[in-house]
Amino acid sequence: MILKMKKEDLSTFLDSVKEWGELRGPTKKEGRVTYSRVDSLSQMDLKAARTIIPPKKFLYPPRFTMFDYDQDGYTERLGDVPKRVLFGIHPCDIHGILIMDKLFLETYKDPYYAERREKTLLLGHSCIPDDKCMCIATNTDFVAEGFDLFFSDLKMFYLVWVGSTKGHDLIRLKPELFSRELDKNDILNYTEYRKWKNSQFKTKIDLTGMPDIFELGYGSPVWDQLGDKCLSCGQCTMVCPTCNCYNVVDEVELGALEGTRDRFWDSCMFREYSLVAGGHNFRDKRSDRLRLWYTHKLQAFIGEFGKPACVGCGRCVETCPVEINVVTVSTALKEQEVGK
Amino acid sequence: MKKLCVVLDEREVQDNPYRPDMWRIVRRYPLTNDVNFYQARPVEMEEALKFNYKPGQFVMVSIPGEGEAPFSISSTPSRPGMLEFCIRKTGSLTETLFEVKENHTLGVRGPYGNGFPMDKMVGKDIMIIAGGLGAAPLRSLLLYVLDNRDQFGKLTYLHGARTPGEMLFREEFIQLKEREDLNCLLTVDKDDTDKWQFRQGVVTELFKHVGPIDSKNTFAVVCGPPVMYRFVMPHLVRLGLPKHQILMTLERRMKCGVGKCGHCAIEYLYTCIDGPVFTYWDVLHMKEIIGRGVSDKTVA
Ligand SMILES: Cc1cc2nc3c(=O)[nH]c(=O)nc-3n(C[C@H](O)[C@H](O)[C@H](O)COP(=O)(O)OP(=O)(O)OC[C@H]3O[C@@H](n4cnc5c(N)ncnc54)[C@H](O)[C@@H]3O)c2cc1C
Ligand code: SF4
Ligand code: SF4
Ligand code: FES
Repeated sequence: MILKMKKEDLSTFLDSVKEWGELRGPTKKEGRVTYSRVDSLSQMDLKAARTIIPPKKFLYPPRFTMFDYDQDGYTERLGDVPKRVLFGIHPCDIHGILIMDKLFLETYKDPYYAERREKTLLLGHSCIPDDKCMCIATNTDFVAEGFDLFFSDLKMFYLVWVGSTKGHDLIRLKPELFSRELDKNDILNYTEYRKWKNSQFKTKIDLTGMPDIFELGYGSPVWDQLGDKCLSCGQCTMVCPTCNCYNVVDEVELGALEGTRDRFWDSCMFREYSLVAGGHNFRDKRSDRLRLWYTHKLQAFIGEFGKPACVGCGRCVETCPVEINVVTVSTALKEQEVGK
Repeated sequence: MKKLCVVLDEREVQDNPYRPDMWRIVRRYPLTNDVNFYQARPVEMEEALKFNYKPGQFVMVSIPGEGEAPFSISSTPSRPGMLEFCIRKTGSLTETLFEVKENHTLGVRGPYGNGFPMDKMVGKDIMIIAGGLGAAPLRSLLLYVLDNRDQFGKLTYLHGARTPGEMLFREEFIQLKEREDLNCLLTVDKDDTDKWQFRQGVVTELFKHVGPIDSKNTFAVVCGPPVMYRFVMPHLVRLGLPKHQILMTLERRMKCGVGKCGHCAIEYLYTCIDGPVFTYWDVLHMKEIIGRGVSDKTVA
């Protein structure tokens, strides 16, 4: 179901959704864009291309407690997750969440992720690509599922795509703001917008046809050259919307009798990641770890699911201090040379 | 999560794949200098009969405050109600496990992993080749085949250890030599006791004594230290076994056991759910492993 809403009504609508849960949206402070708690539309920056950390942090926090334990065993900690409405999520990030859904909600459903997913409404918003965006190369520039509502900005009004019953419940809080009357011009406006968006991409790269390139380049010295540059800082994994790896530790309180089992983001870029008993490490070299990361995203996942585990958000481009990212790595593999 | 109503199965409502259940250690004794044997039962007795598994699977064992790690199951599902495993002391969790005595409890969750493809192995000749700690998962398979003896063809068990003192389940396997329904061949690299009555030499020497093999109809299952694979694999291929009938287990660091944490990834496979049992054919096609040959560290 697609509805139409006047642009000036967005603010009233967002005020009403706070009834469902706390409102979060993209805000800009000292040049840094993050999803923060907001009271109203006026505090948000809907023009920003991307937040530093993707919305995965709400569904799968950087650190949280899975269990409390004592001598009698482990008691799960579920149920204390706040209800949230995230506004302004871009198509690439919704695709990122769809990849997380596959991982966490299919075989061996993860109850922690499931609970947060259930209690977080995703209100998508159309976006304006900047020079780092490449979702057109990963086929994630538009999205048709995974959100509760999706707002496409067509200058005078929004087209509002209702993606779930929970999204529809939000509409019913203020039904008078929405109209079902869509005419030919609305459709033409929308296709015009699509065409315009497609023309905005500046990063020209093909990320879907990489499996053969990876296969050919497996033993390429390019990996060693990239490995020499990499700092193993793990920032790329923290900012990537499809990175899911984690570690688990038991935190001891009160003299070892009670404590918590906590889970926190880990990175395959860290040396300890693949260390096993006896000090043997499967990926001791930085080049091996980089290759795992990129092979996973651009080759292995395509083999398995027919699309890359990269949604083209451009965060690795923005974040890596030494310019190792999907663009430079795939270009280096194709040209057999690491750029400057 | 709260219990909803009595009609629903409590386990279904509360299903949390990460939650360890408490198990009580009922027996524990040293197998070698640095390997202990444990037998455990669930604290909740009705859980004991619900717990089912396949040879070759593993469990995640927890000590509150210490952490969690994967361990192969050494017992057979044909003798239900309890779980047996062997633990080698190598680091902080395993050291603490060594201090845990009878009647103490441990967290256990699982079973995980694909296990051995028993459905494909039924009706075939089975050759098991164990070295070092590899005997832990292979004992499960061996006992399973013995308990369902009429469903399998010829059974051969080859086991090599450095010294008699380092042979896991030594007395148990020596007793098996008495049986006529399997060929149990044991060897040690060197005998420092002067009491060892069986063969000496590396495990591949035992191939001389296995007799004729119907190679196309045989499944070989290998588990041991890296060097063993390097010598055993070419032997099996030379004997004419198809590569997809040679099975091995891979060891990777594991934090979840259920395909979520990413630690055990090899290319697009997760060792914890797609493995730990792989065919030799699969392993030869894993590029991350090829470079190093199968000499890559596997369950040892
Ligand atoms: C499928 C599978 C089956 C296994 N079966 C057995 C078994 O039957 N008996 C047995 O004794 N051991 C087995 N292991 C190995 C066992 O999990 C490790 O020895 C154990 O995790 C070491 O923990 P630790 O805290 O004592 O060591 P740590 O203090 O954590 O570290 C010691 C060494 O172990 C490595 N290590 C830590 N965590 C793991 C992990 N999760 N997996 C592998 N290595 C790790 C560390 O990198 C370090 O090199 C198995 C491993 C796997 C993956
Ligand atoms: S690729 Fe870049 S961001 Fe990632 S670990 Fe290496 S230096 Fe850090
Ligand atoms: S690999 Fe880079 S561009 Fe692709 S999804 Fe991850 S952070 Fe975004
Ligand atoms: S152990 Fe976590 S993914 Fe395999």
